[in-house]
Amino acid sequence: MAANDVLEARRLAARRGFATLFVDVDFSLHDGEALVVTGPNGSGKTTLLRIVAGLTAPAAGEVRWRGEATRPFDPRLRGVVAFNGHWSALKDELTAEENLDAWTSLTDQRVTRDAIVSALDDVALSRQRRLPVRVLSQGQRRRIALARLALAKRALWILDEPLTALDDQAVDVLADLLDAHLSRGGVCVAASHQPMPIAATRAKTLALC
Amino acid sequence: MSAAEPPRNASRIPVEGREARASEDTGDSALHAIGWALARDIRVALRSKGELGVQLLFYVIVVSLFPLATSPSRDVLAMLGPGVLWTAALLASLLSLSRLFASDFHDGTLEQIALSPRPLAALVSGKMVAHWLTTGLPVVVMAPLLGGQYALDASVLATLTLSLLLGTPILSLLGAVGAALTLGARGGGSLLALLVLPLYVPVLIFGAGAVDAVRSGLSAAPHLSLLGAGLLIALVAVPFAVAAAVRIALD
Repeated sequence: MAANDVLEARRLAARRGFATLFVDVDFSLHDGEALVVTGPNGSGKTTLLRIVAGLTAPAAGEVRWRGEATRPFDPRLRGVVAFNGHWSALKDELTAEENLDAWTSLTDQRVTRDAIVSALDDVALSRQRRLPVRVLSQGQRRRIALARLALAKRALWILDEPLTALDDQAVDVLADLLDAHLSRGGVCVAASHQPMPIAATRAKTLALC
Repeated sequence: MSAAEPPRNASRIPVEGREARASEDTGDSALHAIGWALARDIRVALRSKGELGVQLLFYVIVVSLFPLATSPSRDVLAMLGPGVLWTAALLASLLSLSRLFASDFHDGTLEQIALSPRPLAALVSGKMVAHWLTTGLPVVVMAPLLGGQYALDASVLATLTLSLLLGTPILSLLGAVGAALTLGARGGGSLLALLVLPLYVPVLIFGAGAVDAVRSGLSAAPHLSLLGAGLLIALVAVPFAVAAAVRIALD
């Protein structure tokens, strides 16, 4: 492996029940690179993402972060990964602002109320920030998840179908966020059916079948 | 990061998560995590007061059914009372357990807290404390009032309340293990009852036993000590068991 590989997967395999989803998946990412995982429904994209995030144990192979092998729920990985999965992890009863405040105060970094307001403004939700998430649409929930991604400042972004339910404007916001993240030297693994808004020079692709 | 500055211009990312990792396993981090989960769950619970009211009302109704169904005789009621109040507390606790982790599991919150740099055992502890404060404590507070229906005298009511105060946290803790183990299982609700009710039996025996002892003129101390010891053991062991069960559920 090259010295500057940040994230590397070696001969990963995944099994769900008795079905083998994939075997011998290899990839490696440098600082500032993104991996776009494609493949038909049921090909194991989400499982691969969950393995990389450390939520699921692979049936074989290993994921290495900065040269060190990781295991599921690895403390070293937990501090760096931002996982945006199928569920937005927002509480219906709380407002958009309270949800973001709760998530950012869980981690060590101090995020001010102003930063949260400005992050919600960036995803065009400043008018809705005092509304309970219960009344927001699916797309608006995904936008809040994007704002959380922007605030969290993690080095490894894992995005499962990030374009689902997003309108054109929100896709532009995601593109900006990704561009800034990769420019800062972050890495990203995304699963998507649609073309991801990432510069071709920075994106690698992995097709599961 | 200043207010005017959009977050994408924010300077530096903790590339290796060094800061986050440093705080792992320190007591401070654990306390922060407990407080965080507690505050969040209480806040969510207070926004959905209806659900809390339903549980408490259930407890009140179950307790009130027995005098109607049995006998108005003071002796019979005084004999039944402690057992009925304890059984109703058990059922009320069971009723609320399905909510403890299930909604967090289905909306992705558990995923996120399991991936956070904070210790998962501490985060689930905060949730369990919140569960007790919103469901166990009201049951304890209501007990002396409801005990009036059973012609229990003051010393018996005091022991009953004390035994519930020691016992209901154990119910929340043991129930949390069951709730975490049945996450994602089909028919989780009824499975949860089957799994948890047998575990509740010792708590019921010592809790109702303490009250019975006082009624027959003995000391409640042995029963209450055993309840206290059980609470301490559960407090130490349960968070780790629940954290392990949550990780299994997420896999």
